[in-house]
Amino acid sequence: MSEDCLCSNPSYRQDVLIPQVGVIRKITQETPDVRSFIVTSPEGGRLFGQMPGQCAMVCAPGVGEAMFSITSSPTETDYHEFSIKECGELTSYLHGLREGDQILVRGPYGNHFPVEDVYKGRDLLFIAGGIGLAPLRSVINYCLANRGDYGKIDILYGSRSKADLVKLEEIRQVWEKAPDTKVWLTIDREDPEWDGHVGFVPSYLTEIGFSTDKTAIICGPPIMIKFCLQNLEQLGFSRDQVYTTLELRMKCGIGKCGRCNIGSKYVCKDGPVFRCDEIDQLPDEY
Amino acid sequence: MKKIAQSLIPQFLSCVGGAMDLFVPVRMSGAANWGIWDKNRTVDLDTLKTVKSPKDVFFPQCQTMYTVHHADAGYTIDPMKLTSQPFCVFGIRPCDVRALTVMDQVFLAEPEDTFYRARRENAILLSLACHRPAQTCFCSVFSIDAAQSDGADVMMWMIGQDLWLEGQTDKGNGFLEQFSELLEDADDGACVEEEKESIRAITRKLPYSGLSLEGWGEGRTDEKFDDPNWEQLSDACLACGTCTFVCPTCQCYDIKDYDTGHGIQRYRCWDSCMYSDFTLMAAANNRTTQMQRFRQRFMHKLVYFPTNNDGMFMCVGCGRCVDRCPQSLNIVKVIKTMEKGREEEQA
Amino acid sequence: MQELINRAKELLADGTVARVLGWKKGDFVYNPEPHIFTSAGELEKDFIYDGFCGANLSKYMIRASRMEGKTLVFLKPCDTFSFNQLIKEHQVDREKAYIIGVGCKGKLDHRKFQERDLGDIESISGIRMMDECDVVHVTTIYGDKADLPFADVMLERCHYCKTKDHQIFDEKMLGSRETTDKDGDRFDEVRRIQKMSPEERFSYFRSELSKCIRCNACRNVCPACNCLHCVFDNTNYDTAQKANADSFEENMFHIIRTLHVAGRCTDCGECSRVCPQSIPLHLFNRKLILDMDELYGEFQAGSDTQTPGPLTAYTLEDPEAGAGLERSRG
Repeated sequence: MSEDCLCSNPSYRQDVLIPQVGVIRKITQETPDVRSFIVTSPEGGRLFGQMPGQCAMVCAPGVGEAMFSITSSPTETDYHEFSIKECGELTSYLHGLREGDQILVRGPYGNHFPVEDVYKGRDLLFIAGGIGLAPLRSVINYCLANRGDYGKIDILYGSRSKADLVKLEEIRQVWEKAPDTKVWLTIDREDPEWDGHVGFVPSYLTEIGFSTDKTAIICGPPIMIKFCLQNLEQLGFSRDQVYTTLELRMKCGIGKCGRCNIGSKYVCKDGPVFRCDEIDQLPDEY
Repeated sequence: MKKIAQSLIPQFLSCVGGAMDLFVPVRMSGAANWGIWDKNRTVDLDTLKTVKSPKDVFFPQCQTMYTVHHADAGYTIDPMKLTSQPFCVFGIRPCDVRALTVMDQVFLAEPEDTFYRARRENAILLSLACHRPAQTCFCSVFSIDAAQSDGADVMMWMIGQDLWLEGQTDKGNGFLEQFSELLEDADDGACVEEEKESIRAITRKLPYSGLSLEGWGEGRTDEKFDDPNWEQLSDACLACGTCTFVCPTCQCYDIKDYDTGHGIQRYRCWDSCMYSDFTLMAAANNRTTQMQRFRQRFMHKLVYFPTNNDGMFMCVGCGRCVDRCPQSLNIVKVIKTMEKGREEEQA
Repeated sequence: MQELINRAKELLADGTVARVLGWKKGDFVYNPEPHIFTSAGELEKDFIYDGFCGANLSKYMIRASRMEGKTLVFLKPCDTFSFNQLIKEHQVDREKAYIIGVGCKGKLDHRKFQERDLGDIESISGIRMMDECDVVHVTTIYGDKADLPFADVMLERCHYCKTKDHQIFDEKMLGSRETTDKDGDRFDEVRRIQKMSPEERFSYFRSELSKCIRCNACRNVCPACNCLHCVFDNTNYDTAQKANADSFEENMFHIIRTLHVAGRCTDCGECSRVCPQSIPLHLFNRKLILDMDELYGEFQAGSDTQTPGPLTAYTLEDPEAGAGLERSRG
């Protein structure tokens, strides 16, 4: 009993594991190892709707498939954007693609940042490191597009060097100019091109000393998240005021294939967004 | 109730196999495994446990989902057609029927897996009661009745020289109707009742029947995860996938590409949490020791899964892992060792 | 058996070793498991050595070699070949091992009881090392009783035992008994298969190998398969690890594995013992051993820690390339 090829029979129910064809419309070199890809359907337009923080499976046939966060805000209804750092086989392949090339995309997957309920009316503090800005960018732009719904917005973003700051132009041209929004940038090491703050994100966080009436949202390398959490706690933030994302290996994206299972949660389905006190409930295996 | 002489079973199977796809335990090169019926194959209804469970029939070890063709105009995706014809699974044991209910929790949860759903819907399950359960069986611990499977369409008992059949669902009754020619009506089912009682009496006496799952299940994550016994329990683990692959409820899978030279087949295949690359990412791996992987398998079956599924354990007590682990590690040893630890702690 | 426990306790107590690698009682008589003991109490309670302790503990010594202090390991005569070979391949540290060469009177195969419908063993006698038994008395949970000749339920490998002499040890305990009982030698089955017509042979292997479920038990138990990263674990590879994308792949996996261990395989038989589908995998290895013996002269991997294997040494007498091909035609 084999499942024959369908070409002759269009009457099938399409499985959620079967992707759609996407076309890369624009590629931007963000940093030496990060590129952003604007993707639409072949006819133009977005492949599917999503919420801020949700992810999609991007597939290059014959190479592999992996989960990436959707960098563009849901308010951008014409396309999806993915900011992808080159670090493995699939991402290297994607970096080799050109505008007009096709990829396969399925999604959206996972939960999202609670922008429609919890965050409404609150002051928000975004803390990002390196490529960790990718998932936060969708939330930030969503909040800025609905500016009246949210309180004061602080964005603390750091990277290894000036060249490694993703979306710097947008930060300067849009975020810094947005009403009631403050951006704090830092880089790890001194740079003659850089006249801003120098130092690691966690220590800059303590230096600035944000007030604890905010909701914090962190994304970045695990070590940065760890120290930012410590420092936030020292500032008086409680764990249920802080949101972050987890990243584990995923294959299906729908909580079935089993590899992102941790405790009773599936990161692909129940995550990637978790409140830190929820993470504390999970076995220490992430 | 229907009846057929054992000697007529090959003829019966031939009728069924001629009308629809028919899956049966097949003996080949000294091992019994599920396979599609063919007149040249040896049907084995005597072996209690096939090496691999019939999980394969519903969730094949390797299954192409779609093929991607690449032309100048771009990619085209040809999804595989779903199973659309009824087929028969003949001789599935009650524990393996329950295992399907366990897998349903995963594959039929939203968004449902259409490949699995199609096979599940089209299957006619003819379950065979376990005349002689084995020492390694512990289905009763999960309230499974080896004498009568409630999830089967037709229940069967092999008693002496006769096979007794009883329809349990409309689908099952329809099947018995369709192939009634070789079946005789049998009104007196007293011997079937006797057989059921005998099976139940045996299962009560099996060495693992008293296995206690006290301390496992919903919400036991913290307590069990940090148990010091995991280290010694997993010491001898070879990191092979035998337990996972013979297990009727393990459902983790991998998704891979196979370049046929004329299109790339995207297929999924069984995977094992015991393998070192199961959680490996380009940048990191969140389980680096075999102890962690070993613990994951049993925590998933005995704590995480029940937490998400109203207390249902992800084990049906078929005992295949007990039988097949190369180094004799298994879920029963895990349960017993930790139980002992609890007792000692409480004392 | 008690003398093994006593000796292990002594060596633990006087600090000679930090741990004991042996076999732990199972919950049935036929399923003891390899285990690391660290205390006298644990040894007294759970240590076992009997006819069902077929597992070769050598490969665990790779891990034990990286642990603090010495590990006492019990090795049967055939296991010592594997240990020697692991020394030759720099996988284990001789200095980290205290080897008790333990006698062997043949090991049992639970599958052979199952084949006789006697697998549900409730009690059994005649399998302890102390007993010079020729007959195993079995009682099943169903009350079936049978007296089986020991040889009838022995692992295949024991019928062709290489030797009952330990190749490496610090001390020896308990006696052995000759178990080789077949006329002819261990290559008989290989020769029988060689004589088949190509079609017959191909169908024999297809039938056996199509049972393979790619669980990797054969590879993971094999002392010669000690690569940190197996070629089949390469995720970039179309034929990676657990999947048979087409039906030929299980064949390829086993052929590649056989070739990779050629010249290093000691014929310990663990691959066949652990295969959940009872595929006679050792026949592949024996085929290559037979070929190498015929081409390069007789060689037994693991008989010492020095002699280079036939495929890693070069002599002027080595057959020319293509000799194998001609042989197969001839």
